[in-house]
Amino acid sequence: MKYLHLIWAALFRRKTRTILTLVSIIAAFLLFGLLDAVRVSFAEAGQSANGAERLQTGSKLSFIQTLPMALQARMAAIDGVKDVAFVNWFGGAYQDPHNQVFTFAVSENYLDVYPEVSVDPGQRKAYSDDLNGILAGEVLVKKYGWKIGDKIPLQSQIFPNKEGSKNWSFTLRGIMKSKDDKAFQSQMIVLHWKNFDETTPYNRGQVGWYVSRVKDVNDADRVAKAIDALSANSDHETKTQTEQAATRNWIKQLADIGLIVTSIMGAVFFTLILLTGNTMMQAVRERTSELAVLKTIGFSNGSVLGMVLAESVMLLLLGGLIGLALVSIINASLPAMSGGMITNAAVGWKSWGLGIVLALAIGIVIGALPASRAMRLNIVDALAGR
Amino acid sequence: MSTLVEIRNVSKTYERGKQKVEVLHHIDLNIAQGDFLALMGPSGSGKTTLLNLIGGLDSPTQGQISVGGTRIDNLNQGALAKWRASNVGFIFQFYNLLPMLSAQKNVELPLLLTKLGAAQRKKNAAIALQLVGLAERAGHKPTELSGGQQQRVAIARAIVSDPTLLVCDEPTGDLDRQSAEDVLGLLQTLNRQHGKTIVMVTHDPKAAEYATHTLHLDKGALVEAAAHA
Ligand SMILES: Nc1ncnc2c1ncn2[C@@H]1O[C@H](COP(=O)(O)OP(=O)(O)OP(=O)(O)O)[C@@H](O)[C@H]1O
Ligand SMILES: [Mg+2]
Repeated sequence: MKYLHLIWAALFRRKTRTILTLVSIIAAFLLFGLLDAVRVSFAEAGQSANGAERLQTGSKLSFIQTLPMALQARMAAIDGVKDVAFVNWFGGAYQDPHNQVFTFAVSENYLDVYPEVSVDPGQRKAYSDDLNGILAGEVLVKKYGWKIGDKIPLQSQIFPNKEGSKNWSFTLRGIMKSKDDKAFQSQMIVLHWKNFDETTPYNRGQVGWYVSRVKDVNDADRVAKAIDALSANSDHETKTQTEQAATRNWIKQLADIGLIVTSIMGAVFFTLILLTGNTMMQAVRERTSELAVLKTIGFSNGSVLGMVLAESVMLLLLGGLIGLALVSIINASLPAMSGGMITNAAVGWKSWGLGIVLALAIGIVIGALPASRAMRLNIVDALAGR
Repeated sequence: MSTLVEIRNVSKTYERGKQKVEVLHHIDLNIAQGDFLALMGPSGSGKTTLLNLIGGLDSPTQGQISVGGTRIDNLNQGALAKWRASNVGFIFQFYNLLPMLSAQKNVELPLLLTKLGAAQRKKNAAIALQLVGLAERAGHKPTELSGGQQQRVAIARAIVSDPTLLVCDEPTGDLDRQSAEDVLGLLQTLNRQHGKTIVMVTHDPKAAEYATHTLHLDKGALVEAAAHA
């Protein structure tokens, strides 16, 4: 640590260059922090404990293909199945088409398969009694300042109502609460499937997907196979998975976010390594005679190696920490800035940890070559400018 | 006077590709404790090479060198570095201060290799700066100092860990007459008052006059010359 001021001085020997390099490192880690939060929130989706006992049954072909209603009763009859609910995608926008609100038309027993979601019993009854009623997640209700009994206009991207208009109007009857604010239900709206089915001419007894619960988690695989067997060789073959797998598959169908994120980060860090590696190399080359002086004075080869390595690690750590700190600030202010639309997870300790490990590793990779050069530097030649 | 540096049959050969060039041929030389030796000779005669061998920056191809009773010709790089840290001070033509560090921090550099604490390092560096007459410039960066002042900072750095031997390679080569005389006077004081043994390479006969002896090197061999009083 005695050498810290030496390392620091060497680092800022060329202020402009070091600051520019630092900015590119900060940018890389900013990107890393933001994308890692995205990656983590995708990975965490559908990993609730209840998810393991829930099965999702959708069309084997594509998640936009619908399934016949008649399957419900046949699925419910399978041994080991507790409840079978079903869901259709409605896809609402509130006020502004950009204000996307996840809205689903659901069967009456929908809440039975999601015991982690709670609705006040009085509100739940009011919802059941009103065919045009909806339930909205707590986060949404807070965000838009809705009150029970409010008329909520929602625009469907796909489905027209009886009048042929895509503008629907519902009455808010209850609030869905869950312990976890990040839970899907606290950010979505459900309406009666019956209402949806009867109103839009586009849906005639068709179901988007089924959500069922098994009595025993260990039985999930067998039940899933039994469900798919019901529709084998029909025109509506199904694919049943646990909710976790289904969520992940759904995301996979959209795009493999993880892979994309990893490739982007790979490209970013690869560029960063080339860029800062070159800078470090140049910085050490410029200091040849200074390094020779240190050695002349009696600094060992090892300590010269260590000092150059420490310099590049310090550069990366400095940039990495600033970048990650910026991500924290951005993530903290995102919900407010976006009016609650984006509730990106705060930078978890895992992202911080991974970021710091990356900074250390890149620092070592970048420093290795110039450091070994500095170590092998021949004093006599360097002093003579050879 | 006892002998500080003993050089026996030393040769140095450099390999340039496949070609071998012997730049020092069978040198024999004793340097007494407390001597101020000027080493002169034409360019390329091997002065720097010999000085580097005496200071333990390089090892001879053949022969023995001992300094203060320690054989340094057969030490490995690590051991040589340790030996240099406590036995030799170096002064170069172009001062070779670290540009990012203040005069004070430059002078403290060799002390980083000792067990001294921060406060003691600071104090010793201040004393060394005072000795070279630059106490009030302690906080200045090298770029804020004249050439002569920079060279005096370099001298402070060379003596701060109190080595017995100072080696100087053309210490006044880059200075005007006045600054050169200041630096040479300072070296003379260090030699006379503080008992430092000094080996100085120089092209300048006037500079050599400050020394107690002058030796001439020509084509890698020593040519004896008259001693000054
Ligand atoms: N590392 C090396 N590799 C090859 N040749 C070298 C090396 N070091 C020195 N030489 C050669 O050895 C000879 C003596 O060099 P040296 O630097 O000792 O001369 P010098 O007397 O100090 O000269 P100057 O007065 O120009 O500084 C020169 O011919 C030089 O080219
Ligand atoms: Mg020379």
